[in-house]
Amino acid sequence: MALRRFDLEAGGETFAFKAETEPTIAFWLGKYPEDKKRSAVIPLLWLAQKDNNGWLSEPAMRTVADRLEMPYIRVYEVATFYTMFRLQPVGKNHVQLCGTTPCMLRGANDLKKVCEKRIGKKMAVTDDGRLSWEEVECLGACVNAPMVQINDYYYEDLTPESLDEILSRLAGGVDVPPGTFVDRQNSAPIGGATTLKEAALFDGSRNGVSGLPNLPEATKGDNPEPEAKGEPARSKPTNTDREEPSKATVEAADEEVELEGERPAASEANAEGGDDLKKIKGIGPKIEKQLNELGVNTFAQIAAWSGDNVKWVDGYLSFRGRIERESWIEQAKTLASEDKS
Amino acid sequence: MADDLFKLNIDGKDIEVPKHYTLMQACEEAGAEIPRFCYHERLSVAGNCRMCLVQWKGAPKPIASCAQTVGDMRLNPDGTPPNILTSGDYVEKARNGVMEFLLINHPLDCPICDQGGECDLQDQAMAYGRSGSRYALNKRAVENKNMGPLVKTIMTRCIQCTRCVRFAAEVAGVEELGMISRGEDAEITTYLEKSLSSELSGNVIDLCPVGALTSKPYAYNARPWELRKTESIDIMDAMGAGIRVDAKGAGVMRIMPVINEEVNEEWLSDKSRFVWDGLARQRLDKPYVRENGKLRPASWSEALQKTAEALKASKEKTGFIAGDLVEVEQARAALDLARSLDIASTDCRPAGATYGADGVREKYILNPTLMGVEEADALLLIGTNPRVEASVWNARIRKAWLWNDLQVGLVGEGVDLTYDYDHLGTGPADLDGLLKGDSAFVKAFKNAKRPMVVVGEHALVGENGLDVLNAAHQIALDAGAITEEWSGFGVLHNAAGRVGALDTGFVPGEGGLDTKAMLEGGVDTLVLLGADELDLSKLGDTTVIYVGSHGDRGASRADIILPSAAYTEMEATYVNTEGRVQMTGKAVQPKGEAREAWAIFRALSELTGKPLSYDSADQLREQIREHNPVFAGLGFAPGKSGHEALSKAPEKAKTLAGARPFEAPFEDFYLTNPIARASKTMAECSLMKRGLETPVAAE
Repeated sequence: MALRRFDLEAGGETFAFKAETEPTIAFWLGKYPEDKKRSAVIPLLWLAQKDNNGWLSEPAMRTVADRLEMPYIRVYEVATFYTMFRLQPVGKNHVQLCGTTPCMLRGANDLKKVCEKRIGKKMAVTDDGRLSWEEVECLGACVNAPMVQINDYYYEDLTPESLDEILSRLAGGVDVPPGTFVDRQNSAPIGGATTLKEAALFDGSRNGVSGLPNLPEATKGDNPEPEAKGEPARSKPTNTDREEPSKATVEAADEEVELEGERPAASEANAEGGDDLKKIKGIGPKIEKQLNELGVNTFAQIAAWSGDNVKWVDGYLSFRGRIERESWIEQAKTLASEDKS
Repeated sequence: MADDLFKLNIDGKDIEVPKHYTLMQACEEAGAEIPRFCYHERLSVAGNCRMCLVQWKGAPKPIASCAQTVGDMRLNPDGTPPNILTSGDYVEKARNGVMEFLLINHPLDCPICDQGGECDLQDQAMAYGRSGSRYALNKRAVENKNMGPLVKTIMTRCIQCTRCVRFAAEVAGVEELGMISRGEDAEITTYLEKSLSSELSGNVIDLCPVGALTSKPYAYNARPWELRKTESIDIMDAMGAGIRVDAKGAGVMRIMPVINEEVNEEWLSDKSRFVWDGLARQRLDKPYVRENGKLRPASWSEALQKTAEALKASKEKTGFIAGDLVEVEQARAALDLARSLDIASTDCRPAGATYGADGVREKYILNPTLMGVEEADALLLIGTNPRVEASVWNARIRKAWLWNDLQVGLVGEGVDLTYDYDHLGTGPADLDGLLKGDSAFVKAFKNAKRPMVVVGEHALVGENGLDVLNAAHQIALDAGAITEEWSGFGVLHNAAGRVGALDTGFVPGEGGLDTKAMLEGGVDTLVLLGADELDLSKLGDTTVIYVGSHGDRGASRADIILPSAAYTEMEATYVNTEGRVQMTGKAVQPKGEAREAWAIFRALSELTGKPLSYDSADQLREQIREHNPVFAGLGFAPGKSGHEALSKAPEKAKTLAGARPFEAPFEDFYLTNPIARASKTMAECSLMKRGLETPVAAE
């Protein structure tokens, strides 16, 4: 940011709001009580800038101050504080080039060179009055870096070539639609979606629902092609064949969870007759109870577990290898032999 | 009671302070010294310099003590009062860091800076700063701004404390200073570098903690440690603001305000502050005698001899007029001399004024006192413009309007007083039935507990003068402004010498002429005691003897000039508009052969054959005190004790319908007396005020 001063010469002597701006001014003034109307200073300065070809002249600022019955110096403070108020004339298309870190890393410096070549120095206006540019801080579109704002719109994912193209079209008086300049939608991945592409993710079938209500009408067919790349497929919405999954089916689904390995054999002895499994380090009252439910009651049983058994119990208890880490089997073998002796 | 107090532990010392105190005030109460730049007790809190950081045990960061209200602080978890440390490694490191940032962009030009030697930044950098800079990059430079003929700017030195911005907006009431841009580019400026239009703009020089805003007329004149400092009283208006006259050798180098809470707080008007260059110009440094139409230097003995002859010629056809700046000693001595010669034509009032002849002091002083406006809830100004007649008091009215919701009504010229007022009329005619009006102000005024009516002295001049005074007095009585607790009626003078001269009794004696009659050719010999604000054109061939310090209107018409000392050159008594008796100090010697005026009259009395009975100023003052006991109470304003005299209903005022509207008290605030008219600075200010370019190009 450099020193900002009014261009008093270009500003002329007078300024008046356009007639069509008056309702907007009334709207903003209406938001604040009469004695607090100076709160509307920023919106009014902004409107004055719009009505003055994109920059705020000194008479325009005074007009705002008079409207709001503010001392000139107070409005001057606001106008110089916010860099969005431009105190010098700008071109019909004013390019604000983001030079903050993400954009800079993605090549904003190259874009600057394009601006310098096509337009000239910062804040200089081309002879035909069509273009001017300045460097600004982050415009909040880092995900589409590097980018510029031209007048009110964002032009994103630029390369020196695409910016050059944009500028030459604007210089020729041709409008350029804003948005991204690479193959992507908004800030979605380039070249289309890379994840969450399965239609099943979105039609409810995963939850045993055969159809969700109020989904937008699918284009055609049972399994339609995605409309645009990267857009998740949507199944045909129906309201009629909707089914609530019953509790039984949910539980049944749980039962069906398959565990790897082999379930260890249950013993005949009941829990009271068995050993105190808590003696094994790593087994507390809760795990003991779960093991008892499986029919595991004695040290000998655990000592006799095969590798497959260990795998299964590990999965059942969601242990992720704790049995081996805590060497339950060795502990059980020792305890079983001690019991015998 | 205990609810309003809050306990704190500051530097291990338990202390109890009112809840509305800031932590800084509490720390000072506990005896700790807190450095600061942006904080000023008479301005709003900004909290942007961060120099006043202290440690609050348990808080995650150092606390800016100026912006922390004590009542908002939390107790320690165990319920004990918060512990504050104002020194120690933590605090010192924090302040050291702040100081380093402040100095990053501050130039190291103390040797050529006018603030050097009395600079807050310099002092505090010595106390809290580091010995060297770690900053290797370029310092920023800021363009200097034009702020008019009084304030010189070297903006690179600015540390953005915004004291000047807050002063202009809050105290002076002119929103003309501001901080533009932001961050590193932040700059203090007036709007597009226009001059400050306030009569109090010089105060930003005192407020500026660094050398960014300094005095333009004083630039590079002296160093503070070279100056002899003499406390004195200002006589540019009738407030009698406390000043300090800084002199070097024979010259007054500058005038600074001295804190006097009851009069000027710590402000000073531009005229009082910058008039000092007028003390060195246009001075009468030797006696002059007119010969063949031209003034020629003369010896004291010749001039005195001629004067004595003229005085003795005729007692009926001789008169004395005291001017605006006359000190009590001079008035007394001149009056004694006149009375010793049976001269009754003596007057100290402007031409056409008739008030004060009855000797009731309460009817010509400002009984509610200057400070009283802060207690008042409604103020009615009649025929006065306090902004130019008593600029510093105007700031106090604004303060009361801003913070105490003081309602102000004005009958007189509608001018910008820096606060809102109800404009109730423009002339004496509007005083008739004023209280019958139904405006918001009149309602507030009638319901006020402490209404205050202030009449400008200028409104009492002219044929309706006494009626205006009586009508205003009656309004005050009707509104209940005179009670045992409150004397809400007074006169605002703008001439420093007037009240003192009236207290001396410097009014026409039995059969004597008043100012108007004397000026219209009623006398053949006229002695002017520094009287320059008069229309001398109708005097005809009257012999005029001018006793005064400056060659101005009076001296140019004079036949004999007797040079006297100016207010910085003698100890002299003045009575301000409140009736407060104060003394000036002698900062420098009188110019050339000039003498203190009372001594001139004492010498004349020898030549007229009736020597006055005092040989020294002390003896004279003793007589002054004997003559009128009010002079015994130095620095004291009678205030509400005047209610007894005021509670008596005044004579019924004749109808004022058809009277001419009140006029502005003077044409130009900056040029109201001979000293100001001799000042180049005041001339520049006057030109600026009238929208003309200053003759001296801005630096």
